[in-house]
Amino acid sequence: MKILVCISNVPDTTTKIKFLNNNTTFDSAGVQWIINPWDELALTRAIELKEAHAGAVSEITVVNVGLPTTEPTIRKALAIGADKAIRVNLDPKDAYTVALQLSEIIKKDSFDIILCGIESSDYNGTSVGGMLSELLDFPSVSAVSFIDIEGDQLKLKREIDGGQEIIGISTPFIGIVQKGIAKDARIPNMRGIMMAKTKPLQVVEPVSADLYTDFVSFDYPKAKASCKKVDPDNVKELVNLLHNEAKVI
Amino acid sequence: MSILVFAENWDGKFKKQTFELISYAHALSKSMNTTVSAISIGKVDDEELNKLGTYGASKVLNVTDCRLYTLDNKTFTMAIAQAAAKENSKIIVFAQNNTGKAIAPRVSIRLKAGLASGVIGLPTSYEPFTIVKKTYTSKALANVIVKSDVKIITLSQNAYGIVENPTTANIEHFSPEIADTDIKTTVIEVNKITGKILLNDAEIVVSGGRGMKGPENWGGIEELAQILGAATACSRPVSDEGWRTHEEHTGQTGKIIAPNLYFAFGISGAIQHLGGISSSKCIVAVNKDPDAPIFEAADYGIVGDALKVIPELIAAIKELKAN
Repeated sequence: MKILVCISNVPDTTTKIKFLNNNTTFDSAGVQWIINPWDELALTRAIELKEAHAGAVSEITVVNVGLPTTEPTIRKALAIGADKAIRVNLDPKDAYTVALQLSEIIKKDSFDIILCGIESSDYNGTSVGGMLSELLDFPSVSAVSFIDIEGDQLKLKREIDGGQEIIGISTPFIGIVQKGIAKDARIPNMRGIMMAKTKPLQVVEPVSADLYTDFVSFDYPKAKASCKKVDPDNVKELVNLLHNEAKVI
Repeated sequence: MSILVFAENWDGKFKKQTFELISYAHALSKSMNTTVSAISIGKVDDEELNKLGTYGASKVLNVTDCRLYTLDNKTFTMAIAQAAAKENSKIIVFAQNNTGKAIAPRVSIRLKAGLASGVIGLPTSYEPFTIVKKTYTSKALANVIVKSDVKIITLSQNAYGIVENPTTANIEHFSPEIADTDIKTTVIEVNKITGKILLNDAEIVVSGGRGMKGPENWGGIEELAQILGAATACSRPVSDEGWRTHEEHTGQTGKIIAPNLYFAFGISGAIQHLGGISSSKCIVAVNKDPDAPIFEAADYGIVGDALKVIPELIAAIKELKAN
């Protein structure tokens, strides 16, 4: 089986978000870029599967849609344990563009398991995996918190409101994964970092695409009014405020 | 022309979020001079289906195909896309929850429709169609133009609210064309937690962080949640330590919630945590550290020991409820 993990290059989750040019452009000055946290967990699980089913999983590829500036993030994925990487040379403008480029990559090769994080921490589109599945007419399962290989079938756990479902599915399939899929993301070790330098990173030119959406500008959420402090010895006052002022209890 | 809402049910009852979606679609339909249709998939009785009329749906397409009792992304997509074609729907509205995230993107491809996900309100302009969505995990908002003829919106929880617009809903049986071979997922087992209020559905959420000191101190949080009819939650370090299950983790990589009232006990308020809770209508923080960032997000705060404050809060709320 061949596994493809789709990774997004996003600002570190502690980044203070700022915009430039009349709030039309993200200010990347001083920003640390990371593998999107859900994608990193997906990659970690893919590596665990390869280790646990050495005969069954032959290769892990990571793919990213991005400009050359995303290559350090891709190299990190190789250092963690992916075998090879593909970068589609395009600055992604929306989820549809990314999904379309990924579908072209997948059509050219054959992957059995394709994993995507449930969302990216920048645009929070929660869409790429689903769009990709429909473009390829592949089955997809979303909110996957566990995956394992059982013979030629996959066994998954899907998070539903207040519970889980255990699902069986055949390959090829697209797993849209959430927290829980791997316990912690792997940290690359020195050997991994050295090996990553020589692993293949193929650059592919994008296909042209019409955009259905246009992110025209950004705003900051309204600042909250300052916090009303209540004396710790007067908890009753808090209850009074919540009941009579905020009217929430 | 119409606006179509995917009316999701949970064990045969519509979710609160479904009523919010219908209310929202009704407001859209007023501006666009059209009507709201809903599609329900699964086993829902007529009395429940009629409730959709209360919030403004004039038509309900009722899909009772037993092959669709559990979620299969592709076939749900087929059913909704066929309903949209039948109703000539120009906008299709989903909830920004696990089900909406699973299906809306697939429907968008099938219908060649632009998708705006995690939308927080009505369009700011209809020509061009411009709408505001959350980005950077609620740290920023984006103004997005959807250029396609058919548009898909997933609405953030509690972004619009529930509004009654009494209408009579005409319930129509609808049988989408689906072949057995289209169904690819087999649900082997379902494990549902019963008797607990679901975190994403809860109006009040009581949450604890590292300041709670250990899992043995959660009794107070559970008692407070019980008397308030609230769900319980926790911060990431708490779920990482295994004090609570990861289902309770709220924050950037956990659950993103928007209740009316959120209690943060012993939570410092790291930026990742705030990303998951900042859309709550009212936030109450209790923390020993007066400089904890949670106080910047909070509406009400107590600088003090959560373990000491919780029992007093329980007593004061019991007293309030008794009167």
